[in-house]
Amino acid sequence: MSNEINAGSMADIAFLLLIFFLVTTTIASDKGILNVLPPKQDPNVPPPDIKKNERNIFNVLINANNDLLVEGEYRRKAEGLDKDFKEFIMNFGAPDEDAVALFNSFPASLQGQALRRPDSSDHPGEAVISIKTNRGTSYAVFLEVFDLAKKAYFDVYSERVGLTSDEYRALTGDDEASKALQDKGKEGIPMAISIAEPDKTGGN
Amino acid sequence: MVTTVLREQDVLVDQKIPQSTQLQKLQNKTLISYIFIGKPKNTSLYGTEPRVQANDVLISSPEIVQWVNQERDKLPEQDRTSITISMKVDKEVKMGPISDVQTELRNADARKVLYASTKKTEID
Repeated sequence: MSNEINAGSMADIAFLLLIFFLVTTTIASDKGILNVLPPKQDPNVPPPDIKKNERNIFNVLINANNDLLVEGEYRRKAEGLDKDFKEFIMNFGAPDEDAVALFNSFPASLQGQALRRPDSSDHPGEAVISIKTNRGTSYAVFLEVFDLAKKAYFDVYSERVGLTSDEYRALTGDDEASKALQDKGKEGIPMAISIAEPDKTGGN
Repeated sequence: MVTTVLREQDVLVDQKIPQSTQLQKLQNKTLISYIFIGKPKNTSLYGTEPRVQANDVLISSPEIVQWVNQERDKLPEQDRTSITISMKVDKEVKMGPISDVQTELRNADARKVLYASTKKTEID
C-alpha cells in the first residue's frame, strides 16, 4: 500500500474549471469615442447670435450618398482628412497675444507645423471643425470623419506633452501626474468639433 | 448540469459595430447605460427599419427620456449627473435615427455619449 494521495482526477477538475472560465468570461468592450452633446435649447431663449469668421470654421458636409464636401471641395474618401484638420487647427493665421504665448509654449516640432495661411484659422482657440450630415448619411462614414477630427486634436495634444496618441488617450486623470499631463496637452486648445443637426435629405 | 445566464439582456437588433482609431476607455463602468440601435433581428415581427433597444425591449424615441431617468435613478445621488450613454450602433444605420436619439438624450440632459467602437487595425 503506497502513501501517496491519488491525484489523477485533479487534472480533470482543473480542466473542467478551465473550460468553465473560458466559456463564462465576457470581455468587456466599453471602448468607444466620447462625445458630449450640447445642452438642450431653451425655446424661450433665442439661439445666441455667434459671429465667426468663415476662415475659422472648417466645414465638412457628408451627403446621403456618403460623398464629402470638405471646405467646398468634393471628396470621395475621408482618408487624409486628419492632416487637413490638423493644419487647420494649428494654422495660427492671425494669433492674438494669448495665442502667441500659446504658440511659444509649443515644442519646436509643433511650431513648425503652423502654416500661417491668411485664409485658414486665426489660432486654435478660434478654430472650429463643423461636421454636417444628412439624415440619410451612413453612421459609419460619420463616425469615420468624427474619428479623424478627434485624431487631429489628440495628435496635437500628445505631441505637445511628448507622448504617443495612444498613451495620451489612455491617461485617466485619476492621479495628479496624469491629470497634469492631460491638462497640459489640452490647455488653450479646446476640442471644438461641432456636429450640426442633420437635414432631411435622404432619410426618413 | 448547471447552466448560467450571464448576458443581462438579449440584443434584439443587428450589431456590427464600426471600427475607429481614437478609442477611449471609460473608467467607471457603473455609470454606463447601453442603448442599441440597428435593424431588428426578427424582421417579421419588428420590420426592417432600424430600431432602438434599451434594456430588453425595443422602444420608440419619446420613451428614451423616461428610460434615461430610470437608469439615472439606479445610480447613487452624487453620480447622477455623470451618467454616460454608450450607443452601440450598427454600421448600416443612417444618421436620421441617431440624431433623433441624441435629441432625446439632450432633452433628458444625459449629454455624455460614447459611440461604441472597436479598434481599427492599421494597414501600412
